[in-house]
Amino acid sequence: MRKELGIFVLLVLLCVVVAAINPRFLVAGNLQNISRLVGLFGILSIGAGLVIITGGIDLSVGSIMALVGILLSIFLTQKKWPAALAVLAVVGIAAALGWIHGLLVTRLQIQPFIVTLCGLLFYRGLARFIANDATQGFGGGEGFVWLRDLASGALFHIPTPFLFLILIGIVMWVVLQRSVYGRYLFAVGRNEEAARYSGITTRKIVSSAYVLSGLLAGITGVLMAFYTNSISPSSHGNFYELYAIAAAVLGGCSLRGGEGTIIGIVIGTALLQVLQNLVNLLGIPSSLNFAVMGTVILIGVVADELVRRRSARKRVA
Amino acid sequence: MASPLLQMKSITKRFQGVTALRAVDFEVFPAEVVALIGENGAGKSTLMKILGGVHQQDEGALNLDGKAVRFHSVSESITRGIGFIHQELNLLDNLDVAGNVFLGREPVWGGPLRLLDHGKMQRETDVHLQRLGLQISSRTYLATLSLAHQQMIEIAKALSLHARILIMDEPTSSLTLTETARLLEVVRQLRSEGVSIIYVSHRLSEISEVADRVVVLRDGANAGALTKAEITRERMVKMMIGRDLDDFYVHPDSAPRPGYFEVKGLRTARFPGREISFSVGQGEILGLAGLVGAGRTEVAQAICGIERPMGGAMVLDQKPVQIQSPRDAVAQGIYLVPDDRRRCGLVIDMSVCENMTLPALRRYATRGIISRRAERKAAEDGVQKLNVKTHSVDMRVGNLSGGNQQKVILAKWLALNPKVLILDEPTRGIDVGAKAEIYELLRALAREGVAIIAISSDMEEVLGISDRVAVMHEGSLTGILERQQLNEEAIMRLAVN
Repeated sequence: MRKELGIFVLLVLLCVVVAAINPRFLVAGNLQNISRLVGLFGILSIGAGLVIITGGIDLSVGSIMALVGILLSIFLTQKKWPAALAVLAVVGIAAALGWIHGLLVTRLQIQPFIVTLCGLLFYRGLARFIANDATQGFGGGEGFVWLRDLASGALFHIPTPFLFLILIGIVMWVVLQRSVYGRYLFAVGRNEEAARYSGITTRKIVSSAYVLSGLLAGITGVLMAFYTNSISPSSHGNFYELYAIAAAVLGGCSLRGGEGTIIGIVIGTALLQVLQNLVNLLGIPSSLNFAVMGTVILIGVVADELVRRRSARKRVA
Repeated sequence: MASPLLQMKSITKRFQGVTALRAVDFEVFPAEVVALIGENGAGKSTLMKILGGVHQQDEGALNLDGKAVRFHSVSESITRGIGFIHQELNLLDNLDVAGNVFLGREPVWGGPLRLLDHGKMQRETDVHLQRLGLQISSRTYLATLSLAHQQMIEIAKALSLHARILIMDEPTSSLTLTETARLLEVVRQLRSEGVSIIYVSHRLSEISEVADRVVVLRDGANAGALTKAEITRERMVKMMIGRDLDDFYVHPDSAPRPGYFEVKGLRTARFPGREISFSVGQGEILGLAGLVGAGRTEVAQAICGIERPMGGAMVLDQKPVQIQSPRDAVAQGIYLVPDDRRRCGLVIDMSVCENMTLPALRRYATRGIISRRAERKAAEDGVQKLNVKTHSVDMRVGNLSGGNQQKVILAKWLALNPKVLILDEPTRGIDVGAKAEIYELLRALAREGVAIIAISSDMEEVLGISDRVAVMHEGSLTGILERQQLNEEAIMRLAVN
């Protein structure tokens, strides 16, 4: 809990500083925009966090999002599928891809990094091939206006992706922090062998984390497609898997596995988005964007390690 | 008697206000084997870590050769001729023997290029290997060596550092009987060469065999010392626990119901050509003896579905059981307490509570959501029932002593009402007090009708706790001894076949 509190304080401080320097930070439009992005990336980061908790990693989600976007556009505008069916299909495909990753990781014991790296390359290529490398869009949205509103609209001025994040966040919080499945996830991440000896079917637990990661990437993919409204198959979702991993790590997930909370992941996502916003608002050259992000993540992780060492030393000494 | 080589006088050490050592005196004379014994938490490790430069004493003095010394670091201790063989070996699997012996102080040539002088490393390593009577090349990779040999490499390393005092912390905890005998021989040989050895162990029979003197610690203070002539098991136990252990092993008081759990023609992946058949009665403790590597752990793992068996059948209470995975075994009420607590028995970074409830978690949950209250209550019951010494059930299980960790593992299975309980080296590295508690618990479980299989390399333990003993040798079952046939010689004969 202290970890989340620390990063939350950092988030608040950052907001105060940005607001003090440039009051435009607090303008309704800006806050709305940030919360929309937090919603989109938050859902993705929760998926990344779940996999990290099992001691794995999922590098494929950015490419899955591109594939989902392309397929969704084709299903809706070219095939004229009913909106609900199209959404179900693409989210289902995303979850199925995650399931395949899970199988490769647990049955064939291939390292998650390799499996999902191949996924990252493969789905990107597939998306570009399917779309003939041409940018896809949704046209006027004939026949699926409700879907567009649901994905990119707002309720009481709160962007819907943020509401989705809250909903998914609460569900996943219960799952992770309160359910038997969540406990198994942590146990498997900390010590898969001991979990297996305790009669837990560790393969299924690990696989399911990849399925959830794929599923959440699929949902994010649908929301993101309507947010950008045009999907360029070669760049849509580029690096997003890294943002998601960064947010999860910043939020307290350990790449060693067995550690992490939903609240931490969401705060981590928010911190990254506020940082992006800060770069824009404070007139920092946008070319420095990545440098700023990298620096802040490094500071966060180093600070966390130093705190951990100090408390560990206190315990021993 | 000669003057002491090392004197630790009135050593006091506190950790965060908790006194770990209280004015402890400890001496080592030249060319002697002094055993340091005491229950876990008695302060043996702390005292040895001060000598090894890991910790520094708060009060008290260290004299080496009559000169006052103080070790601020491990390297200072090493340069003054103290070698510390830790229980967990500090060797690198991916280097050869010579590379390990010279790790961190490799001889180099080629001036500024600093190239490794492999020839020199190997020559010097071979000298020490020969001195220990080892038939191993200095170019053997560590990963291919047995644990016993790896330990010898640690000793060779200490010797190459000109150690005059060798601290051996539980050196035989993972050795077989023959390997143990070999190690004790080396200890004697080193003594005759003038090396002093501090032998820290729970195995009292070894100590009676090899020690010239015994120093006992209890609750961080000196509890007494025994000269060579005074060393007996009873006196050591009494000094360690501060009272008589009137009945260390609890013997059966009712006849078991035979044939409750039967294993027929079991073939393990490691010894696919050997068929193992035996049965355990309800209420019976079957000891499974043999040398390490005889295939006992493999049998336990096959029964419990950890490693899928190549063939065979099992019958529990007259019903055939199919076990393909640990989950199947758990569903049948067949539970394993594995030998490697930290790797297989516990999720070491999780709390006592989370570990205890792990296999039975669904019982404390409705529709998949855990009731924290029910879970906590179950864990608190377990802690109380098994007398686990912990501040709270939220404590990280890794912070408990070995004996208490073992009790947590037992508690997690007891909550599920075992039918068959298989224990692999149940008291390895556990102190005398906790050992007695575990023996008592096993007997109580047997009395309640559990069929128990206990794998043990500790001969005294096998003889003490078993109703019958099955003995294995290189993957086959060489014999089953009834209670009245049980003696050390009979078991050894079957174990070496």
